[in-house]
Amino acid sequence: MMVAASGAIIRVLSAGPGTTLQDAGRHGYLRYGVTAAGPMDSLAHATANLAVGNPAGSTALEVSVGGIDVTAESGSLRVAIAGGEFALSLDGRPLPPAVALNLEDGAVLKIRGGRSGSWCYLAVAGRLVVPEVLGSHATHTRTGFGGVDGRAIVAGDRLGIERSGSSKPSMGAIVAPWLDRPLNVIRVVLGPQHDYFADDQITAFLAGPWFVSAKRDRMAYFLEGPRLTHARGYNIVSDGIAMGAIQVPGDGRPIVLMADRQSTGGYPKIATVIGPDLGRLAQARPGAMFRFEAVSIAQAVAARREEAALLARGIVVEPLVRMHFTSEFLLGLNLIDGVVASTPSDSLHD
Amino acid sequence: MILKVDPDLGSALLAPRFLDAGEAALVVQFGDTVDPAINDRVLALDAVLRGDPPAGTREFVPTYRSLMIHYDPLRIDRDTLVAVVRRYTASAAEWRGEAATWTLPCCYDPALAEDIDEAAQILGLTRDEAAALHGKATYRVYMCGFAPGQPYLGGVPEALVISRRPTPRPPHAAGAVLIGGGLCVVAPFAMPTGWYVIGRTPERLYAAERKDAFLIQAGDYLRFNPIDLATFCDLEQRVASGEIVARKSAA
Repeated sequence: MMVAASGAIIRVLSAGPGTTLQDAGRHGYLRYGVTAAGPMDSLAHATANLAVGNPAGSTALEVSVGGIDVTAESGSLRVAIAGGEFALSLDGRPLPPAVALNLEDGAVLKIRGGRSGSWCYLAVAGRLVVPEVLGSHATHTRTGFGGVDGRAIVAGDRLGIERSGSSKPSMGAIVAPWLDRPLNVIRVVLGPQHDYFADDQITAFLAGPWFVSAKRDRMAYFLEGPRLTHARGYNIVSDGIAMGAIQVPGDGRPIVLMADRQSTGGYPKIATVIGPDLGRLAQARPGAMFRFEAVSIAQAVAARREEAALLARGIVVEPLVRMHFTSEFLLGLNLIDGVVASTPSDSLHD
Repeated sequence: MILKVDPDLGSALLAPRFLDAGEAALVVQFGDTVDPAINDRVLALDAVLRGDPPAGTREFVPTYRSLMIHYDPLRIDRDTLVAVVRRYTASAAEWRGEAATWTLPCCYDPALAEDIDEAAQILGLTRDEAAALHGKATYRVYMCGFAPGQPYLGGVPEALVISRRPTPRPPHAAGAVLIGGGLCVVAPFAMPTGWYVIGRTPERLYAAERKDAFLIQAGDYLRFNPIDLATFCDLEQRVASGEIVARKSAA
């Protein structure tokens, strides 16, 4: 694709399937049927952006377990990676899974699906130069909106960067313990159509156990577990769908609707995953086991407030002094470099 | 025109139900049927909220029988939002929009209408009977949703009321005309669906480069003009060159 004449460029050397550009989402057009898209794990997306001094909702690469190799062209770039516990390396040297560094001209950064997690975010200090569609860079591949020509990132893509602010000199591990989230329990608010299910079916839904199916993408995560039955049929008059809505189609197998979900739909929605637990569910790999826990609106809002407070304190980056040290050694360092972050917006989720 | 009016909700004066879609979206539900009077109340609330959006609200999504309000619960709490909506719905005026009637060309040839034989068999009709019934009706655009510019239509003849598939089928082509659950949609984008593809229109209901990117609005009316395969191919070429082949008239 075309890039700006001046400034450094991120060049994609190779890319597995499913890596896209995502900002905080394309908001305001659900009424016309336009999906918001945006990050699958908004907490990790915000963390990576804040670690390079960008606003929390800036455009970043959302990297799938398919992985990606990139290099810098025409200058160096300040980048940060955060999300699942992916395997990262810079010119062949291993890095910690959440890291901020200067990507020098010609240096090769490899990101691979590592020990756990399904998504990680590569944020670049400054602004990625891609066209906006309805006010957003968020990629929605099913409709060809946003990102690079509405598609996933592929080898050969070159993304121009408009830089703002100065680079930090050092490489450092991002201190983000909130990204270490066990799956175990996913909190939900029951409804909006839980009255389409008898009490024993609500009990079965909460008890599980549920397993993340291999059938999952940015649109939806299919779940395996007890078959649920409807008390009042499974055709409802189509209504709005929030991210995290758990719809139960006729076969009784729940589907969690995620960032690329359709704006409306016609299967009963037994419950909705709370905003702060969406990223945790998104990071789960196929076969992961969990159960649901019903919480009140007040509890869900309290969890949101905690998450917002975490990010408002800023992102700490611990310096990695010598690049030839092993990542295990470097992770053991306890030197506080200081706070890089700016203040995030009020709330990360729709 | 009216499909099934729930006797309990036929009155336009009943208070709405408030349902939670998580902690950041509130569903204001005026009924659970496809009914122009209920949809008018949805569009009236939508209009008044858009005119003066309460601080902390983000998006309003009108659907057949409910309005979904996306909000930031750290800026406005649920009780405050419900109180605002109650105040508006207690005094909501009738919805007065500028409705148009659209005529969309539609081909019912099984080469494009992939599921018409399957749907007709389930309904106990012949293919031609199903196509004729669908092509004669006038539909109301209750909302847009699911995909950019996709209208949801009420007014499906009783003989074409068919349950959705238990599990979704693979993606259909752009322009597919689908029925399911007593409703009809025209799908501008290829998508998997739990509905039945019974026709296809060559028109594009969403086109990024067009001045009006979204062709059809909630509150409009829609008819289908049956065309054969050869006409479809001709119109498809004209659409590709930028022409709008749907016809619009004042309702």
